[in-house]
Amino acid sequence: MEALKPGTRAPEFTLPSTPDQKVSLSEFLGRRVVLVFYPADWSPVCGDQLALYNELLKEFTDLDASVLAISVDGIWCHLALSADRKYHFTLLSDFEPKGATAKAYGVYREKEGVAERALFVLDTKGVIRWSYVSPVGVNPGADGILKALERIPKGE
Amino acid sequence: MEEAAQLTLPVGKRDHVQGDSAATLTLVEYGDYQCPHCGAAYPIVKAVQKRFGDKLKFVFRNFPLKNVHPQAELAAEAAEAAAAQGRFWEMHDAIFEHQSRLGEPFLLELAGRLKLDTHRFAADLAAGAFRKRVEEDFMSGVRSGVNGTPGFFIDGARYEESWDFETLSGVLEGVLEGA
Repeated sequence: MEALKPGTRAPEFTLPSTPDQKVSLSEFLGRRVVLVFYPADWSPVCGDQLALYNELLKEFTDLDASVLAISVDGIWCHLALSADRKYHFTLLSDFEPKGATAKAYGVYREKEGVAERALFVLDTKGVIRWSYVSPVGVNPGADGILKALERIPKGE
Repeated sequence: MEEAAQLTLPVGKRDHVQGDSAATLTLVEYGDYQCPHCGAAYPIVKAVQKRFGDKLKFVFRNFPLKNVHPQAELAAEAAEAAAAQGRFWEMHDAIFEHQSRLGEPFLLELAGRLKLDTHRFAADLAAGAFRKRVEEDFMSGVRSGVNGTPGFFIDGARYEESWDFETLSGVLEGVLEGA
């Protein structure tokens, strides 16, 4: 499975963000989006990675970007993690059909049944401008995302 | 990101440096005063400094993950406030030696113990006088590829191996021999 490349239109998805709310990617048209696929809630590396992005929400906002983090965990698991770690961005549950969104982006690990640790930066028109798949145990940090956002011309 | 990330903000005048400024090796740590891993790394760094003596200089920069560690930011600002009175390393050490007690009352108590001008120290903390400085440290870490704490750099290159004493000293030894 290969991750979608820059220049590709980001596939639409609608995923639960809370037990009674759903979020569609198309709601973000006109804003840039950072999609963060990660294998699992509560695993130490994910924790560090998301904790870092949580500290950088102002920087992402300054670059006109919203952050959406996606894993196959159920919504209650997401809510517990988010409350525990005080995340101020949205976690989406790619739970049913399991991993369908990760598959659409080419970042699903069939054998383990979880998403890759993958990053996508989308422009205001919903086109992928940068993508990166990290070795699953390695926290990719934030420098790549910030650089990708800064490279996109203003307004795009 | 495939190649070892480099320190984007070179070690310079703004840094807190311990050891011989002419030392061959430079170890930079991005740390969070409330992070238990940084607490565990603290005595290891001390042991590494002892082993390499005047061949190594050590630099500490702030990388507080404020949402996970609500006391980390104020502790970082406290160490900077102590630095303004010439006692950075004393405060840095005292904080890591009493990580479980972090919080404003304890930081003020430490300032007293270190014989700082406590009025000035408290005023600096209340005014957030060093918030910008801590933020600059943090962003320089993010830009350099720091993804969690402690984040180490040896001579400007990100250190991605385990930071136990044997591994870290072994790598430093290798760099020293190659120098």
